[in-house]
Amino acid sequence: MDTAAKAAIRAEADRLAAHFAAAGAHPVEADILQPAGTLLDLYGEDIRARAYTTRDPVRGELMLRPDFTVPVVQMHMAEGAEPARYTYAGPVFRMQDAASHRASEYLQVGYELFARDDPAAADAEVFALFAKLLAPLGLRAATGDIGLLKAAVAGLRTTARRKAALARHIWRPARFRALLDRFGGRTAPPASRAALLDAAGTTPAGTLIAEAGPLVGLRTPDEIASRIAALRADAAAPPIAAGELAILDRLLGLADTAPRALTELRGLAGEMPALAPATDRMAARLDALADRDVDIDALPFEGSYGRTTLEYYDGFVFGFYAEGRALPPVASGGRYDALTRVLGQGREIPAVGGVIRPAQVLAVQEGSA
Amino acid sequence: MTVKLGLPSKGRLMEQAFDWFAARGVAVRRTGSDREYAGAVEGADGVELVLLSAGEIPRELAAGRIHLGVTGTDLVREKIPLWSEKIAEIARLGFGHADLVLAVPRAWIDVDTLDDLDAAAAAFRAAHGHRLRIATKYHTLVRDFLKANGVADYRLVDSQGATEGTVKNLTAEAIADITSSGETLRANHLKILSDGLILQSQATLFRSRTAPAEGATGRRLAALLETLGLAAAG
Repeated sequence: MDTAAKAAIRAEADRLAAHFAAAGAHPVEADILQPAGTLLDLYGEDIRARAYTTRDPVRGELMLRPDFTVPVVQMHMAEGAEPARYTYAGPVFRMQDAASHRASEYLQVGYELFARDDPAAADAEVFALFAKLLAPLGLRAATGDIGLLKAAVAGLRTTARRKAALARHIWRPARFRALLDRFGGRTAPPASRAALLDAAGTTPAGTLIAEAGPLVGLRTPDEIASRIAALRADAAAPPIAAGELAILDRLLGLADTAPRALTELRGLAGEMPALAPATDRMAARLDALADRDVDIDALPFEGSYGRTTLEYYDGFVFGFYAEGRALPPVASGGRYDALTRVLGQGREIPAVGGVIRPAQVLAVQEGSA
Repeated sequence: MTVKLGLPSKGRLMEQAFDWFAARGVAVRRTGSDREYAGAVEGADGVELVLLSAGEIPRELAAGRIHLGVTGTDLVREKIPLWSEKIAEIARLGFGHADLVLAVPRAWIDVDTLDDLDAAAAAFRAAHGHRLRIATKYHTLVRDFLKANGVADYRLVDSQGATEGTVKNLTAEAIADITSSGETLRANHLKILSDGLILQSQATLFRSRTAPAEGATGRRLAALLETLGLAAAG
């Protein structure tokens, strides 16, 4: 990219950041080099395929920041007053799938809101701010709510272990589906599982483990035995009822305007009462959005939206797209209460925020010019 | 300009590659002392032999510094992003068979599938405070495979050799490595997951898409491929 193009993107970033500052956000900076351990703990090995890793003789393994959210949360948890609004503008670094030919270094301009009271109002504040700022571009908005999915999983009438397994894989749709099919009795367990359970029915786990050969490595016989006990308990538990699977399928397949989606969700909450609080939160959010002049009748809602992002959003999620999703979103964001709990060392604060990619803003402007 | 043919510089892979070419009328041999990496080609005009470590051949092909090369499909896929834009597969040579597999201790009787591995990894992380470690040198292939299969809570640790020993040495809980007979895995008390086959590899003749092959070089390359009984691919 030549200097003029970079300067234009930088100027657009400054313009967007000025808007966020005018909305009450305090400008903050973050280091480009971030400790790898924190990011690996949060995201798992997948982050290595997404972030650039480097080494420092003293600080150990470091990553070029893949986003600002983690350092901004850490800064807020360490020294922030409440409520707080922050804005930042700077480069982030993402290793891209080689075939995608997407940029691996680009500017992000962000707005993050930490507020304990009235999450619906906080969600609406962030979304409405982005919507207004991006309105001249004629983008298509997308919204979803990971909180509904979490509530639906928690509301299943099945074992705590199954619910934990499903909750762990909300962000991996294929594995989530495979688990759901097995817990629902729609697919049979593998033959090896049946053989193991048969053997464990008559022989103590310790004997079976010893017969299989010397145990090498850190995983202990107790850990193996306790998983076998869990598998036996699971085999004895009844499958998740077909009606509940149908509710999950309808939730995951939901794609409508937000008010119509809400009506559908009210119906689902009638059948699964655990969905009611999350549905009420969505209703409150739509009211708050309408108060901020968002045309909610035209606002799309998708039950599965936000499931394939890096896994920290756990409530409202949104994105703004130029026509066709082949391009990266112009903007995206969401609620990440759980992230503040993980990074807060015992403290937590509800948080919602988002980022705009100024290069994409300019690309859309040029495309429509 | 001569056509540059890259072959593995030592071991069984080198001998079998030499035999494969010899059986098709192209005599390839090392020249000079045993320790000198020099060679000669007879039966094809204007072809120069370049002896390289099998691990370096993918990079040389991608960079266009050799026209043809024999190496494993595993190495090409691991080392060269978008490999098929730079390298074309011409012929599978029928030797050097090796499978890249995921293996865990045989005494893990509760783990037979990737689904089991994922569940065991979650419990392991809760019990030990760190993610389940998988030792490998095939980081890209293994990470892509586990991501596609929705396995979480693991961490790759680098192992450039004696990978099967890492579990016993407590530097990993599982491994992903190349195996041909499974003998080394068994000797180290490991077993392959029933759906743990990541890639089936064998020695393959590749052609660089980036090496310059105009005029006389192109004609020599075409003649060599014809002698070998291969149509010029890609």
